[in-house]
Amino acid sequence: MIYADNAATTALSEHALEKMMPYLKETYGNPSSTYLFGQKAKEAIETSREAIAKVFCAKPSEITFTSCGSEADNQAVITAARLGLRSGKKHIISTKIEHHAVLNTLKELEKEGFKITLLDVDESGIVNPENIRDSICDDTCLVSVMYANNEIGTIQPIEKIGAICHERNVLFHTDAVQAAGHLKIDVNNENIDLLSLSAHKFHGPKGIGALYAKNGIELSSVIFGGAQERGKRAGTENVAAIVGMAAALKESCDNLDAYTKKLIPLRDKLIGELKKISGSKLNGDENLRLPGNVNFSFKGVEGEELLLLLDKEGISASSGAACASGSLAPSHVLKAIGCPDDMIRGALRLTIDSDITEKDIEYIAETVRTVITKLRH
Amino acid sequence: MKALIAMSGGVDSSVAALLMKNEGYECTGCTMKLYENDTVCNYKKATCCSLKDVEDARNVAYRLSMPYYVFNFTGDFKEKIIDKFIDCYEKGITPNPCIDCNRYMKFEKLYERAVLMDCDVIVTGHYAIVEEKDGEYFLKKSVDTSKDQSYVLYSLTQEQLKHTRFPLGSLTKAEVRKIADENGFINAAKPDSQDICFVPDGDYSASIEKLSGKKYLPGDFVLKDGTVIGKHKGIIHYTIGQRKGLGIAAEHPYYVVSIDAEKNTVTLGDNEDLFTTTFYVKHLNWISGKAPAGEFRCNAKIRYRHTEKPASAFLIGEDTLKVVFDEPQRAVTPGQSAVLYDNDYVLGGGEIVSEP
Repeated sequence: MIYADNAATTALSEHALEKMMPYLKETYGNPSSTYLFGQKAKEAIETSREAIAKVFCAKPSEITFTSCGSEADNQAVITAARLGLRSGKKHIISTKIEHHAVLNTLKELEKEGFKITLLDVDESGIVNPENIRDSICDDTCLVSVMYANNEIGTIQPIEKIGAICHERNVLFHTDAVQAAGHLKIDVNNENIDLLSLSAHKFHGPKGIGALYAKNGIELSSVIFGGAQERGKRAGTENVAAIVGMAAALKESCDNLDAYTKKLIPLRDKLIGELKKISGSKLNGDENLRLPGNVNFSFKGVEGEELLLLLDKEGISASSGAACASGSLAPSHVLKAIGCPDDMIRGALRLTIDSDITEKDIEYIAETVRTVITKLRH
Repeated sequence: MKALIAMSGGVDSSVAALLMKNEGYECTGCTMKLYENDTVCNYKKATCCSLKDVEDARNVAYRLSMPYYVFNFTGDFKEKIIDKFIDCYEKGITPNPCIDCNRYMKFEKLYERAVLMDCDVIVTGHYAIVEEKDGEYFLKKSVDTSKDQSYVLYSLTQEQLKHTRFPLGSLTKAEVRKIADENGFINAAKPDSQDICFVPDGDYSASIEKLSGKKYLPGDFVLKDGTVIGKHKGIIHYTIGQRKGLGIAAEHPYYVVSIDAEKNTVTLGDNEDLFTTTFYVKHLNWISGKAPAGEFRCNAKIRYRHTEKPASAFLIGEDTLKVVFDEPQRAVTPGQSAVLYDNDYVLGGGEIVSEP
């Protein structure tokens, strides 16, 4: 089997698993307990927090653990909204290509009277920072723009957007779920106030995420209860997962140069091969894209059928985002970049990882070609 | 042999899946997502295609160790089923979208998927029987006649019948529920689906208005001689034979006798006016692949809940059949399907039209 859906989730790293094991087996104490056995677990959390903070050039006190990337997104957006309300600001700017964790949170806030501006992106999926500048008004309390898109892999001009936000004294959140562990991120240089990440996208375990919030930003809780995470996120900490996330993130970032150097040529080879198929179109930007992301549309092909046949040939891939029922929903991202309806239906996302070989790439390209010919008969 | 099981999340298709598995087929389960729930109803109510149904179907499929997929057919369903449904009502005729859904979604679109997945047969939980004799396929009523669904399957072709299995045809509903219960299926006690899946609560006119986004103009209630006797709310609110909800106070009850979309009128009359012996059918399909020659005797069923009645029928054009009942039947309704039987066997059928 060739696994080409690393944007959906990744394999757990051996190294991370090894680091996690003691906290699943021996050191199972509750980190909130007073005895030494519990303190050991607490210590592991704090060491992990430091390691994660360091990766983003942040301070440990700026990292809060959550149960997943979606929770981190929710908490970031809700925090900014609550802070905005205090000074009567009820306008939020985001984009049409955000993950639903952001979009649906904004929808909820809209019901509460917030005004939401969702900006267009250009045909490669990039937000124009000037549009953000133009949209900011005195009422704006948050700009939320994802670091890199989960479907088409487009990387946004985060630093510029952040600079504009800071010029105008508006909080800037970025959903970095697809970017963390895959791109170098420096929250200070890039003017980021809030940043969400999720461990299982960079070979960490599922069920754990984190929110970076610059010191001075008082987080609002979305889970109420005990005083864990300095009272900002109730619930007994998932110690092993936190340790696993830190280990996986550090591992990914330590190997980032080698990863990028290996993956980009392979990605571009695959893009080059798929471009040769008639009626194909690359979605997203040629250069400003995640190292492992390939997203194509094929004219006259239904994505669902394409995936079924690829699955049969041992290739796990995806087409747009899966909806709750597990069927395929037409992609809002492809719609936003102006992809025509029939091309949206014929979308294929292949997200590769550094364990992929040149031979795998050739096999994928050849199989996609054969399957598409069959489907078009 | 490989089988693709169309699973709705209900008890019937779940048991159908189990029976195919027990027969030794290599089975894959699937659910067709036909519409978005929020496009059809104003309120959160579980109908087919809801998340709950998908979860039920998935649960059963996994319990039977079958791979399971959800297919998004919302685009085709809108184009081929919902749009036609609205169009019919706007033209004053009363469609049966379930028949179209079987024809276009289950036995065409889904069958294409089955072929793509190298499946030899497609399986549904319909109560009907496919028989084969010397290479010819026959469609027959189910053993449990109270549940028989051969009526909604008259559009099947020989090629489709060859690749279709109805494992429930020889079982009663009680037996099916018992099998589900014995196997611990979570949906064993789930109530049967009623009515049209995308019309919650059977409120047709509300659904049509929501789906089409239109408001329909009121018009006149008239008698056969043209006398205007009241105002109707828009023709989509009425169907032939209807008595309730007309809002006309009279000494004796009025019934809807016919609907004229062009004039936007609804003609009312007495119950006796609803009885006819002769009607015409178009868009024919014959199970054998060819129409019977000359005039032939059959039992004709003019809607799902009608008990078929003796009639004579003959072709008066390539795709037009004239059917004459022995005894007059009530409310023969354009848009509904007429299905002709030779005892328990389906000969074929088509759509009732108001004029040949």
